[in-house]
Amino acid sequence: MVTKLVILAVIILGVIAIAQMMRVYELSSKLRKTGEHEISNRDNRLNAKMMLGFMFVLFGGFIWLMLKYGWVGRGSAASVHGHDLDWLLNVNFVIIIAVFFLTNFLLFFYAYKYVKRPGVKAYYFPHDNRLEMAWTVVPAVVLAVIIIFGLREWNQATDEAAPEAIRVELFSKQFAWVARYSGMDNKLGKFDYKLTQEAETPNELALMTTETIDLAIEEMENGVTGMKALEAELNNQEIMISPEERSKKTTDLRRKESLIRLLYQMKKRHVTTLDALAYDDIIQKDTLYLCKNKEYEFNFRSKDVIHSAYFPHFRAQMNTVPGLTTRFKFTPDKSTAEMRVERNDENFEYILMCNKICGGSHYKMKMFVVVLEEEDYNAWMEPKMNGVKDLDGNWTVKPSTFHVALHPELYENKKVEEVEVEVADSIPAE
Amino acid sequence: MAAVAHEAHGHHDDHGHHEESFVSKYIFSQDHKMIGKQFLLTAVFMGVVAMLLSILFRIQLAWPGESSDFLSFFLGEKWAPGGVLSEDMYLGLVTIHGTIMVFFLLTGGLSGTFSNLLIPLQVGARDMASGFLNMLSYWFFFISSVLMFCSLFIETGPAMAGWTIYPPLSALPQAVQGSGLGMTLWLASMTVFIASSLIGSLNYIVTILNLRTKGMAMTRMPLTIWAFFVTAILGVLSFPVLLSAALLLMMDRLAGTSFYLSDIIVSGEMLTNHGGSPILYQHLFWFLGHPEVYIVLLPALGLSSEVIATNSRKPIFGYRAMIGSIMAIGFLSFIVWAHHMFVTGMNPFLGSVFVFTTLLIAIPSAVKVFNYLTTLWKGSIVFTPAMLFAIGLVSTFITGGVTGIILADAALDISIHDTYFVVAHFHVVMGLSAVFGMFAGVYHWFPKMYGRVMNTRLGYAHFWITIIGAYGVFFPMHFVGLAGAPRRYYDYTVYGEFDSGSLEQMMDLNVIITVFAMIAATGQLLFLFNFFYSIFRGPVSPQNPWNSTTLEWTTPVEHVHGNWPGELPTVHRWPYDYSKPGSDVDFIPQDVPLAEGEEEH
Ligand code: HEM
Ligand SMILES: [Cu+2]
Ligand SMILES: [Cu+2]
Repeated sequence: MVTKLVILAVIILGVIAIAQMMRVYELSSKLRKTGEHEISNRDNRLNAKMMLGFMFVLFGGFIWLMLKYGWVGRGSAASVHGHDLDWLLNVNFVIIIAVFFLTNFLLFFYAYKYVKRPGVKAYYFPHDNRLEMAWTVVPAVVLAVIIIFGLREWNQATDEAAPEAIRVELFSKQFAWVARYSGMDNKLGKFDYKLTQEAETPNELALMTTETIDLAIEEMENGVTGMKALEAELNNQEIMISPEERSKKTTDLRRKESLIRLLYQMKKRHVTTLDALAYDDIIQKDTLYLCKNKEYEFNFRSKDVIHSAYFPHFRAQMNTVPGLTTRFKFTPDKSTAEMRVERNDENFEYILMCNKICGGSHYKMKMFVVVLEEEDYNAWMEPKMNGVKDLDGNWTVKPSTFHVALHPELYENKKVEEVEVEVADSIPAE
Repeated sequence: MAAVAHEAHGHHDDHGHHEESFVSKYIFSQDHKMIGKQFLLTAVFMGVVAMLLSILFRIQLAWPGESSDFLSFFLGEKWAPGGVLSEDMYLGLVTIHGTIMVFFLLTGGLSGTFSNLLIPLQVGARDMASGFLNMLSYWFFFISSVLMFCSLFIETGPAMAGWTIYPPLSALPQAVQGSGLGMTLWLASMTVFIASSLIGSLNYIVTILNLRTKGMAMTRMPLTIWAFFVTAILGVLSFPVLLSAALLLMMDRLAGTSFYLSDIIVSGEMLTNHGGSPILYQHLFWFLGHPEVYIVLLPALGLSSEVIATNSRKPIFGYRAMIGSIMAIGFLSFIVWAHHMFVTGMNPFLGSVFVFTTLLIAIPSAVKVFNYLTTLWKGSIVFTPAMLFAIGLVSTFITGGVTGIILADAALDISIHDTYFVVAHFHVVMGLSAVFGMFAGVYHWFPKMYGRVMNTRLGYAHFWITIIGAYGVFFPMHFVGLAGAPRRYYDYTVYGEFDSGSLEQMMDLNVIITVFAMIAATGQLLFLFNFFYSIFRGPVSPQNPWNSTTLEWTTPVEHVHGNWPGELPTVHRWPYDYSKPGSDVDFIPQDVPLAEGEEEH
């Protein structure tokens, strides 16, 4: 409350102060007998000098910022195409900084130099075809160079990934990232959003297999908020439901009725051979591990609104769009350890950030990225794919594949031979 | 606010040649000069609101999580619990700030004020082609302003999806609370705004084409008029597309259609929408959005052309090239829109095409800059406050234009799209340039609006504080962006978790930026004070205070209906006969016949 009064008081006093100044000024200018619109030579010269002075401040400020902050945060690129892009960025910067200095210099210098001098008339110079031609053609040529270089890089950066590039899916939702590695076959399993289950259940990513379709149908019909439950609730005379509640539930039921039809169609059309594509996929949260010098093709998906997968250090970005799969490829070429040394910061991590406004916690939506040397990467990946067994054939580390998540019972410790038979049975041949 | 101001200034300049009722003179006026002033006052009010909003969120960015009395004073417990801005309201403030600045201040305010004031006066017409439609255009603008302003005060908060309101975020109230009633009001407000803009633009076009006085050939029109003309055409062609984008969004929100929605699960609800495309919205939006940036900029360039020529006492250099550039920019602005969408997953080849067209637009922009520079060269410059702002505009247009070249390079845009670098780019090139152009216009034509002159010294102080503050805000912002900082983040301390070097840089720069923003905002008080004080107490202006050549300065200082008391003036020459050799005065108004043996420029 006190501060509010203080703020108000300051504002009022400020206004009064300016009013007083104006009054004094008005009186003095009445004495001078010149109109307000006539600018005195003194004022003209003062502003001319200020123009020149401002130019130095502007240039000085820019140079200071450039030296102090120019490349600090950005750091050097950590991907193959990133180096080329940084080179291109530097070329472009040299050009535009030159233009910036030159034209701003001319502007402020002319403003300073050609201030009105009593008795000197301005030079009548309405046009000059040669000059105008020159400053149409020169920018055009410079821009042509920029375009040619730029498009070359653009085409390379957005070209199809090589067939052997590692496929990884990045799934975005309010407000987290989930990664899915394509596993042994380097092929990502199919998905359909209607199969999505709650977070923290195996099928959060809506992968499409025979069982997940059945699961989704079952849940939609008989789950806690399934159609049966909804119908029962709506028809129950005993309990009171407020009108809003009722209309919400009715809408929900309608929705589920139309979705279930689609699910049954899906079931009918589903080919079991596709299941295998999904079974070996590995779902990974919190941290994305990448292998140095391997090309990756990322497939992006979104569950709810548009997000953007932004990897500042790899100079990579792609929006994730609900209803659409987008792609981007890059090859990391500096491990996290190397980057830490280079940046002299042992806590440095690569990062995947969300770069498209997606709701209140947009700013917190991120995933750490770790780039490992090939050896370390394999040591990390191998158990994820195949698990580890001790000499008795018991799992000490179970694989982290989708199959394990769907059928944990099959991976209970039993005799190795049994498990292998069962696992083999449950994975249809491709 | 606007209404109050009108009432207040009812005390002066009614010497009552016509017996008019108060209402028809000051409120439902059909006189273009009055309507221009109405636009200006409404826009000034909206501009102050938007500026205040920006200060509120800048406080959070510079001192994240720290309690501030200033925030609780304006936002209360609901949106600033304990004096700390809430995450959702942060997005709300950013969204409404952007919307008001782009549409209400720089489109409605800038075009609305100066097209209305200057078109009839500079082409020599008694009024707009349709006074009634003109009045309607203002009142639609007023209603949309009220709607937008009110949306700040509702329970679930204003729209929170950014000024570009990309669906699905803007379509789903479950995704963010501002997408409930707040977004409905946003869409309603913009729909009315678009109607206002269309009516206004059609009126401007018709007036310019049909009501030019005798001798006022198209090639004798001042560049202001050319700029307003092309701006109005851009508006007429592109705003309807925004309207359709908004209507489809409305349908998705209210009627269950799926234009922009497909395969969505939001807060646990599985939606049935399938087959729509959020990208479609972006195409529609930017088909307006890009021309829109020139709708904002061109009038500012037009005004400053006039101010620079007058105060350099020289003809604008390359008059025809300037017209050509305006038209080229206008045309090209329709075929560059997808440069805002390089990373939406669109076809890379399509991307290449847009790289090409976008970089083409830099050529006419460069031509304009060089022409301004040459106009100053060997001039006899008079530093009125308007002239200072016009020079400021040229500087920001250069500084912001060059960074556009980087952004237009799709390959480079990959890593800087949606970072603060973009924010810096468009604030400098569009925000600052247009605001400077607007200030130049207000200082220069204030005598035409109110018959008085604004205080010069305060004008100087206002300019220097503003340009220093403005560069102080937006120069550092480029470096925040180059470091990779995404825009629309509530709190950059998240960097602490993975990159302490960047964190330090960002926090340093964010404090610098906020401090300069506060300085610049305080500087605007000088303007507000000067403006309102001068309306009532400024020294009375002579008829042609700046020794200009254009027709508006041949009208009497006291406003009369029909602008000229007698016959309409006849035009004999182009508008830039300053310091013409063979003449002993340094300006020859357009209505002075050619002397014997004198050649037209
Ligand atoms: C040399 C001329 C220019 C070029 C080549 C250029 C290029 C670009 C590009 C490519 C973007 C998209 C960047 C991104 O989102 O990653 C952009 C953004 C923008 N530009 Fe420019 N620009 C130029 C001049 C202008 C002018 C004159 C204005 C305004 C009058 C302007 C206003 C904007 C705005 C408002 C945005 C950002 C919109 C948003 O995302 O919210 N630009 N510019
Ligand atoms: Cu986000
Ligand atoms: Cu654009």
